Amino acid sequence: MFAYVVRRALQGVLVLFVIAFIAFSMFRFIGDPLESMLPREATAADRVELRDRLGLDDPVPLQFVRFVGDAVQGEFGISYRNGVPVAEMLAERLPATLELAAVSAIFAAVLGIGLGVYTAIHRDGWLANAIMSASLIGVSLPTFLIGVLLIWLFAVELGWLPSFGRGETGELFGWRSSLVTVSGLKSMILPALTLGLYQMTLVMRLVRAEMLEVLRTDYIRFARARGLSERAVNFGHALKNTLVPVITIIGLQLGQITAFAIVTETVFQWPGVGLLFINAVQFVDIPIMATYLLLVGVLFVAINLVVDVLYAVVDPRLRVERVAARA
Amino acid sequence: MSALARVWQSDIAWSFRHAPVAMVAALVFAVLVIASLAAPLVAPHTPFEPGSLNLMDGFTPPMGEGMGSGSVFWLGTDDQGRDVFSTILYGMRLSLMIGLAAVALAAALGVTLGLIAGYVGGWIDALIMRVADIQLTFPSILVALLIFGVARGLLPPESREQMAIWVLILSIGLSEWVQFARTVRGSAMVEAKKDYVQAARLVGRKPSAILFHHLLPNVLGPVLVIATISLALAIIAEATLSFLGVGAPPTRPSLGTLIRIGQDFLFSGEWWILLFPALTLLALALSVNLLGDWLRDVMNPKLR
Repeated sequence: MFAYVVRRALQGVLVLFVIAFIAFSMFRFIGDPLESMLPREATAADRVELRDRLGLDDPVPLQFVRFVGDAVQGEFGISYRNGVPVAEMLAERLPATLELAAVSAIFAAVLGIGLGVYTAIHRDGWLANAIMSASLIGVSLPTFLIGVLLIWLFAVELGWLPSFGRGETGELFGWRSSLVTVSGLKSMILPALTLGLYQMTLVMRLVRAEMLEVLRTDYIRFARARGLSERAVNFGHALKNTLVPVITIIGLQLGQITAFAIVTETVFQWPGVGLLFINAVQFVDIPIMATYLLLVGVLFVAINLVVDVLYAVVDPRLRVERVAARA
Repeated sequence: MSALARVWQSDIAWSFRHAPVAMVAALVFAVLVIASLAAPLVAPHTPFEPGSLNLMDGFTPPMGEGMGSGSVFWLGTDDQGRDVFSTILYGMRLSLMIGLAAVALAAALGVTLGLIAGYVGGWIDALIMRVADIQLTFPSILVALLIFGVARGLLPPESREQMAIWVLILSIGLSEWVQFARTVRGSAMVEAKKDYVQAARLVGRKPSAILFHHLLPNVLGPVLVIATISLALAIIAEATLSFLGVGAPPTRPSLGTLIRIGQDFLFSGEWWILLFPALTLLALALSVNLLGDWLRDVMNPKLR
């Protein structure tokens, strides 16, 4: 068990190194860092000075080592576009994204599990069938279209909810949060819905499928025969046994949320990391792109590691062979 | 019996005739493809020739008469007086073209790498599959965005607009090859052990000839299914990238660009500029998806 975790962790470190190398090459070889960082009226002396300071004349391996060393210490260079250290911009933007992701993940998990259980228990009911058909359309709709349509309905036609931004933010445990003001909470609803809808349908379909399987097993029939209430059977026995695969899939889906977050933040002009990244792509702001890549890389390796370890803890048969990660 | 009749009698055609959903999806898809192929003939207006536009026609609602030219616009016009119906036809043409080209690229790359990985094995196989694994955990939109950003950095600013479409094809194609490679590798490993491959080797054929003349035709079945599903994914990916502002330029819009443009007019009440391209995208993606689902079930011997 211990050896397995260590091997997985080492593989993760290797992957991170590859990602760091890609990020470094982007920074070093795309465009000219000097050209991008110096003002137009810079003199040749300025160029030499910056060249020395960035160490661009050192051998490339040494530069890479320094890049990794800086990154480990939270030093990601300076944005080409607005001359602010990337680390500062990230620190400012990250809470917004984390908050949005957390709220939408809770929404996806609670509603997804609830609807999944409902559709499994009433598998032939008209409401359950309607929910299942609606979920098919939900899966086919691209995220940005869901966002735009929600804005059209709730912000333009009905005028109930704001269509962009975070609203007012207040202080919560030392960071700027929109969870503590009314306008902040109202602005949270549409983006969280947009971000969580796809995951919600996925969780729901998965819970339903697992539940249907479990409900057919002998121990459920015995539980019924013992005269337990429907609720005790459905939630105490059946749901509990469906949750293990569901939790691992939710974990793996957390990574996909980063991609959906980029789209959602663009639709709602939500001032998070995703919007920062998409603006960086538009303006070829390489330091921000490289940092974002590193950030996502760390996140993905961490998630995969946790899920791998979870598998091993839950099911000893899987300690060697990893099951297909995709639902 | 003519070839056409033989196709009509085949198993696949039989199951097609008994799957109403697939028939409707195929019909919708066919109409959309024909409409976009024939866009220059079908479109009532030429939306991308500035000379033919009349700014007075701007914001004409659906079925309304333009204030400038007096002609009727079925689906209304946008701010510049461009006919929405015509822009959708041309936009869909571009979306489909990019989608098909991206899938072709992904399939060529994935099938080649999958064949090599499955047939050669060893460390080459391990390397290719490791890269595939890593890429699979990254969302494809993210991969496409990164490739897009890198390509923008490498290209001179003045050629970015023209190259945008090629960059789109490249970035979507490179982000979708993994599924092809994984499936083909699996079948190639099975096929490589069979007698005809051994025979080809004994006769002394070159490895490249064995790969592409002997193995390739035998692993192509599932590729068709993946290609169909990939096409839906590619169309959505293209629309998403264009919507994010890193795809097709407004001067040559795809469906995603049209939706992006339409979003700006949502608040002033011109809903048709957004809604019709959105519905077209949905119809396109959904019909391809449903066809893919049906094809997967038909090709899966376990479900027969």
